[in-house]
Amino acid sequence: MLTVAIRKQLGSFALDIAFAGPGDGVTALFGPSGAGKSATLAAIGGTGRPDAGHISLNGEVLVDIAGGVNVPAERRRIGWVYQDARLFPHMPVRANLLYGFRRARGRRRIAVDDVVAVLAIGHLLDRRVAALSGGERQRVALGRALLSQPDLLLLDEPLAALDEARKAEILGFIARLKAEFRLPMVYVTHSMAEVRAIADHMVRLDQGRVVADHAIAGGGIDPATVGADSVEALVVGSDEQRGTTEVEVDGRRFAVPLLASAPGDRIRIAVVKPGTSD
Amino acid sequence: MMLGAGEWSALGLSLVIAARAVAFGLPIAVAIGWVMARKHFPGRTLLDAMMHASLILPPVVVGFLLLLLFGAQGPVGRLLARFDIQLVFTSAGASLAAGVMAFPLMLRAARQAIEAVDPALEAVAAGLGAGFWDRTLSITLPLAAPGLVAAAIIGFAATLGEFGAVITFAANIPGETQTLALAIYSALQVPGGEAAALRLSAVSFTAAIAALVLSEMLLAYGRRRAGR
Repeated sequence: MLTVAIRKQLGSFALDIAFAGPGDGVTALFGPSGAGKSATLAAIGGTGRPDAGHISLNGEVLVDIAGGVNVPAERRRIGWVYQDARLFPHMPVRANLLYGFRRARGRRRIAVDDVVAVLAIGHLLDRRVAALSGGERQRVALGRALLSQPDLLLLDEPLAALDEARKAEILGFIARLKAEFRLPMVYVTHSMAEVRAIADHMVRLDQGRVVADHAIAGGGIDPATVGADSVEALVVGSDEQRGTTEVEVDGRRFAVPLLASAPGDRIRIAVVKPGTSD
Repeated sequence: MMLGAGEWSALGLSLVIAARAVAFGLPIAVAIGWVMARKHFPGRTLLDAMMHASLILPPVVVGFLLLLLFGAQGPVGRLLARFDIQLVFTSAGASLAAGVMAFPLMLRAARQAIEAVDPALEAVAAGLGAGFWDRTLSITLPLAAPGLVAAAIIGFAATLGEFGAVITFAANIPGETQTLALAIYSALQVPGGEAAALRLSAVSFTAAIAALVLSEMLLAYGRRRAGR
């Protein structure tokens, strides 16, 4: 469980937010540029000190300004993934992956082999960072953060620097990490499609305030349980502005919350009773 | 080209004095260069100007100031005398004088090398659990290394050629403080010494050019490695 209640003045911009993220699953911090997403993430990660307030993770106080507490980033056990992977250029892929792992002796629970397998980066381990493609870099960055054995993963617009094909690929990997390693994540984005695709909980920011904070219906559905109570649908097209995707079932078209699928894709739509999605 | 015994001695002494000046001066240059590159504090500009003072002061003034500080009657000199350390008229003193003169060049190169390291990478290392010294040793210094080696080479070359401050502070004693530059000066003081002066000048010239070429190559290598 992550609880955040902070205030920070940045020039004329005032950040004043409070929210709680679930102990498991993905909390999306969603909002336009300048909404305060990055400043919030910096406060959680320990690179930006808020003016007031507190932050705690699983009951451990990370920030309590009134109480004089601001745990340094290196002692927070919070992994970061940035939009530009920020791999260390003077180390090969393997040393990048193991950088945090080596510094997490005594509390290792996520194994190198598992991460390498899930992210499919085994063939990259001896490569130089400069020889990786954008998608490969981002996979290594995900692995590096995960192997530092964090209690929370911060994903700061991890798809923003990628082309469309790579976006879907990396989003798929993040979904696999979520399923495999049961790690809470805070996912910063301004794309509703990404929120719909990955998040269980959404905190919507605008001009430094929380304007919406709620669970996302259906976000927690386990794909394995989707069986008989589902119908096949054809994706017609998406309207990212409205946050909807048009699908066709038995010749009838209707709109559903935005999906990451392309027109022509065949998908299954789960039929659930309200209140049974989690 | 044949060098006489005194000329070999001057060359060897120059190399020793320069190496010692760099060995002591570079760590200080790296530490202050790091502060200049990463920290903003009141008086930063003033500190920066003071660090570069020996670049614009006449070398003889620097030598004189060192005499006032480190001489037998100087505050630091008296302190060092308690530990039986004498700097004036010794080769250690020649290193001090030459090192002070070359310091701004080393500082400038070290600072640029550290400024070229993206602080975001240090923040990443912190997020991965590396404390300050850990990330300085594993990220900052390795990425700055080619620039720091270049700083050492520039400092070495400048120290090798230093004249005014050394002769003022450490005098011109063959076998003790007589470096290449001082030996050239001495050779020119005696009739028929032009040939020796020319030989020593050629040695100085070769060492200086080699150092500059080497440092340029290292800087280019560093830029490539940092992916710029």
